[in-house]
Amino acid sequence: MKEKYLINARIIDPKNQMDEIGGIIINTNGKIQAIGKKVANGNLPTEAEKINLKKQVLIPGIVDMRVFVGEPGYEYKENFRTLSNAALSGGVTSVVSMPNTSPVIDNVSMVDFLKRRGRDKSKINIFPSACLTKNTEGIQMTEFGLLKRKGIIAFTDGLKTIQDPQVMSRIMNYAGESDALIMQHAEDNILSTGGLINEGEISTRLGLKGIPSLAEKIIVERDLSFLEEYKCKYHISQISSEKTISSIKRAKEEGKIFSTGVSINNLSLNENDIGDFKTFLKLSPPLRTEQDRLSLINAIGEGLIEVIVSDHKPEDEESKRLTFAKAATGATGIETLLPLALELFHNDSLKLNTIIASITSNPAKILGIDKGSLQIGSDADLCVVDINKPWVVNKANLLSKSKNTPIEDRKLQGQIIKTFIKGEIAFVKA
Amino acid sequence: MAVIKKFKAVKISQNHLLGIQDLSFSEISHILDEAKTFIKLNRSSSKKTDVLRGKTQINLFFEPSTRTQSSFELAGKRLGADVMSMNIVNSAIKKGETLIDTAMTLNAMHPDVIVVRHQDSGAPNLLSQKVNCSVINAGDGRREHPTQALLDALTIINRKGKVEGLKIAICGDILHSRVARSNIYLMNMLGAEINVVAPKTLLPHSVERLGVNVFTDMKRGLDNCDIIMMLRLQNERMQGSFLPSAREYYEYFGLTPDKMVMAKKNALIMHPGPMNRGVEIDTNLADDINKSVIREQVELGVAVRMACLKIYCKKT
Repeated sequence: MKEKYLINARIIDPKNQMDEIGGIIINTNGKIQAIGKKVANGNLPTEAEKINLKKQVLIPGIVDMRVFVGEPGYEYKENFRTLSNAALSGGVTSVVSMPNTSPVIDNVSMVDFLKRRGRDKSKINIFPSACLTKNTEGIQMTEFGLLKRKGIIAFTDGLKTIQDPQVMSRIMNYAGESDALIMQHAEDNILSTGGLINEGEISTRLGLKGIPSLAEKIIVERDLSFLEEYKCKYHISQISSEKTISSIKRAKEEGKIFSTGVSINNLSLNENDIGDFKTFLKLSPPLRTEQDRLSLINAIGEGLIEVIVSDHKPEDEESKRLTFAKAATGATGIETLLPLALELFHNDSLKLNTIIASITSNPAKILGIDKGSLQIGSDADLCVVDINKPWVVNKANLLSKSKNTPIEDRKLQGQIIKTFIKGEIAFVKA
Repeated sequence: MAVIKKFKAVKISQNHLLGIQDLSFSEISHILDEAKTFIKLNRSSSKKTDVLRGKTQINLFFEPSTRTQSSFELAGKRLGADVMSMNIVNSAIKKGETLIDTAMTLNAMHPDVIVVRHQDSGAPNLLSQKVNCSVINAGDGRREHPTQALLDALTIINRKGKVEGLKIAICGDILHSRVARSNIYLMNMLGAEINVVAPKTLLPHSVERLGVNVFTDMKRGLDNCDIIMMLRLQNERMQGSFLPSAREYYEYFGLTPDKMVMAKKNALIMHPGPMNRGVEIDTNLADDINKSVIREQVELGVAVRMACLKIYCKKT
């Protein structure tokens, strides 16, 4: 490929503490050759073709730590090609795929399949995670060492939580040795049995069984207690309640090292949005109270939550056109992750830099990958966004194969203009 | 009934009766007013009218029900409608058909009203979005059972003249009860003061936000009450560790003469049925014709359902 000169952009790169008007030179290998304010018109060869970004914001390509792909088994919900297109239109260039496929990703041969399909069908970087336990049954741990060697980046039962404390303690003990990243979906199954939405006034009014926030806190507290004994790389996939934040804060104060994520849904919606049984808002963890939502935002500002994820979970119409109790859980979100997160900037809840760090450099650091930042020599995975452009979410225009967006008709401010993968333009807003 | 007569020319705003929460005061008054006209008819020797002649009513009961289903069936027949009750046990739904597919199939037969009971909260709402006819909720999950609350209100009005200003105790398994929820909304709207009485494990989260006083001591909860609504305690609650035993429940939360004395002398006992005698209610109290209006509730239930069918059937 030819060299590319991107100029006149507002480059925000949290990892390198950069927020300045400048440009990027992408070399013929798709890597960043130069970056910063010195990359400007006067310093570049006059004959070179330049892409003037007109002071639009340029950030590292987004790293989304929690994405469900339909392959294998649920190709009708999302395949690698549709996921890739959806991701790129949202400025997402790297994803961690969840292992809850059919069959699940719990052995080495499945990893080969995933990597091959991911490489052949998608343009984005797919970082597959594998199950923590065989068939996500929570009983027998998977082969962390062998799977990791095959390229598995993290271990999680995805939608499920390791319930048995003995199994979890052994996982954490063993994982410390193999340096595997453990990502826990924190929910006590017994406390939340049959639960559909947050336990509270809304669940009482709708007559739906509630999921108490304690179901989340108990697992987090338990795992953080284990962390004292068994040092390992531990990440809480998503938290949803104020109660859990206090546990995290205390553990951080005690010097424990771990990280925490939150879904953009829990930052942008609350239980009231469920309204008259909207199944698109049946999520896990559930949407909670406005107070919980505000506390989660605040916890990002305080650095107690490091990562924002889309929790992109495509579900076909048939899985959602059911009673609330029977409808599938989850919502798409990879395309709207950044615009929705920008709401928190526009309404002065969070700093722009904090938001961008939570979807680029922070997840990359937790995962240990050379993504989510812009240094010389790195792949030029970039996202150009007009942070002020207003638009309205219309599911017909979204590229994911499934249309279960939880924010249909929402007015957003901030639109992705261009996405680059390894220096190539992979998405341009029409 | 003086209050109610003022609202003769009320318009019902929705095509469906999904829950008390969706109704306005005047709509409720209209339904009760209409129901009252059917009480006399039901007691006469010729009970049939032709108000709904030519109309088709489908009863779609996904949960077993004896009294509600037969009450709706009788109500429809007395109004002259063609009534069909779906037997879910033998139907395609048991074979995996979704609610919406069932709805579309039934819809193709051009019913005028579908009466639905479903174990999932919100199922009638979903159904109502997919069919062209009216939907009447005959109980969904633990959310609402509007006709039960309406018949309870009619029973109270019949005996006490009005609901406004009365003190009503709703006792028992509030957590799992759609009857309790609908009654809380309805009696609140009609101006009653409501006490809920239950062990903490059978109280829904934030129930006080529904506008009730919460008691875990039954005697205090019954203090000076005009109406005592008992709820059925389902046997499976014993297994879920909600309660230690039926014996202990009866001791503390069963309606017995020694607790009954706390209520007003002329207090009435109500129960949506079916009753567990000796679990939630003393058998003699249940049969006490001076206090118990349980059979009257069943009687007026037909009148209320006739009113609902008449009003909502005409909407489409």
